[in-house]
Amino acid sequence: MKVLVPVKRVVDFNVKVRVKSDQSNVDIANVKMSMNPFDEIAVEEAIRLKENSVVSEVIAVSCGTASCQETLRTAMAIGADRSVLVQTDAELQPLAVAKLLKAVVDKEQPQLVILGKQAIDDDANQTGQMLAALLDWPQATFASKVEVNGDRVEVTREVDGGLETISLALPAVVTTDLRLNEPRYVTLPNIMRAKKKPLEVITPEEAGVDVTPRLKTLKVEEPPQRSAGIIVPDVATLVEKLKNEAKVI
Amino acid sequence: MSILVIAEHDNQLLNSATLNTVAAATQLGDDIHVLVAGSGAQAVAQAAGAVAGVSKVLHADGESLANGLAENMCAQVLGIASNYSHILFPATSAGKNVAPRVAAKLDVAQISDIIAIVSADTFKRPIYAGNAIATVESSDAQKVITVRTTAFDPQAAEGGNAAVESIAAVADAGSSRFVGREVAHSDRPELSGAAVVVTGGRGLGNAENFKLLEPLADKLGAALGASRAAVDAGYAPNDWQVGQTGKIVAPQLYLAFGVSGAIQHLAGMKDSKVIVAINKDPEAPIFGVADYGLVADLFDVLPELTNAL
Repeated sequence: MKVLVPVKRVVDFNVKVRVKSDQSNVDIANVKMSMNPFDEIAVEEAIRLKENSVVSEVIAVSCGTASCQETLRTAMAIGADRSVLVQTDAELQPLAVAKLLKAVVDKEQPQLVILGKQAIDDDANQTGQMLAALLDWPQATFASKVEVNGDRVEVTREVDGGLETISLALPAVVTTDLRLNEPRYVTLPNIMRAKKKPLEVITPEEAGVDVTPRLKTLKVEEPPQRSAGIIVPDVATLVEKLKNEAKVI
Repeated sequence: MSILVIAEHDNQLLNSATLNTVAAATQLGDDIHVLVAGSGAQAVAQAAGAVAGVSKVLHADGESLANGLAENMCAQVLGIASNYSHILFPATSAGKNVAPRVAAKLDVAQISDIIAIVSADTFKRPIYAGNAIATVESSDAQKVITVRTTAFDPQAAEGGNAAVESIAAVADAGSSRFVGREVAHSDRPELSGAAVVVTGGRGLGNAENFKLLEPLADKLGAALGASRAAVDAGYAPNDWQVGQTGKIVAPQLYLAFGVSGAIQHLAGMKDSKVIVAINKDPEAPIFGVADYGLVADLFDVLPELTNAL
């Protein structure tokens, strides 16, 4: 069976972003970009399913500007067989991305779509669930274990208070949590090989999807700054401060 | 139009996250309905009716809703969605699971993890791990929202007297099946609602040392938390994780032992009222947000602090 893995190009997780002075957005010019960490886990999981002969083909897909090709090349260096880029310079929100992905799913007919649980830029945590809804497929979010058995997939999910296991009929949508796996490093030979793998480019118009944003960002601000704290010399002073100054114990 | 709040519960007790979500709903309108969808959850429906400000409880009871499967929960909400201008879920793992599915079915954008309500169609939410706050305006007729519970003071659990109306439970969609649950047992307060949180990081060194936090947590009546590094290393269970990808907490007092303070961790705790950091490394970023910092070996500090309280 085929697996589709959507990946997103985001500001690298180690970068501390700054808000632009006109409060229009965060400043991401000249900032290091990379694949969303949860998506790396999704690609890794798809590749492992392929290595275990459960899956025959892994297709990576990304939606966004031409520079997302780099992210798709990374996915192919990890092991994806080929890629699809839905190229647009328009601002894409989760609902629009879910609709674009549905168009790709309709064309490619995968049995499983594995996404990251959230992107670390908009922190929305929506696209996988929305895609499942649009396709009318079952969903398993926040997966920490995925096992395909015949025409079902059994997924252990990280939920508040512990873990729960559900079983879904395929085709299905799964979103990854951090502890699903540890993504492998890409090797130089694989990076070279990835350059030769096929990368198809389509547009939202070709996919027949209206990507007009539904949410308008009015303003982006710095979060309130905490006032500078103090360094205390010893435990006795700390306890005294907590009791008498902060009055929290 | 009315506001719908989706109650979170385990079929026996109403989760306190629901109270914070109702509090957010009161800023949007005064006709607030709560949907209790579950199996054998009469007590939860009664409890929801007693919450101050709730005007009606809709109680759907059926096997299909016993374990909160997204497909069935979504269908249940969709059945009544047309009556409401706003549909609010707590931003818990259950709420995050279902809300976007409902939004997509209604063909509206979902607004995640709101921390403030500016007006009926404008909300504030954190982006980039809390390093920026976006104000967003929705152009959709209906708003589907998840509410960051720590950003809204809980509504009083008593004082309301709403009628409980039974509605038919949806049939099982059949595409997913509940297999089992592994609940992490804890006698301590629930992490996201605790007034005091004691957190350990990689500095604890091993799972055995994590137990050293327990006497202090017991003395303070605190919940135990962990950084991602500590969870990944197997020192603590994953539902203890505080951060962008774990729980978001905002207690009165947050004590961090051996936590360096990565961006992703700070995203989960920097709204705490008082932050105390104990770390050997004076350069650790955690000291940048701590009200009180102590540069010392946590293994020396822990017993001394426990005894001093």
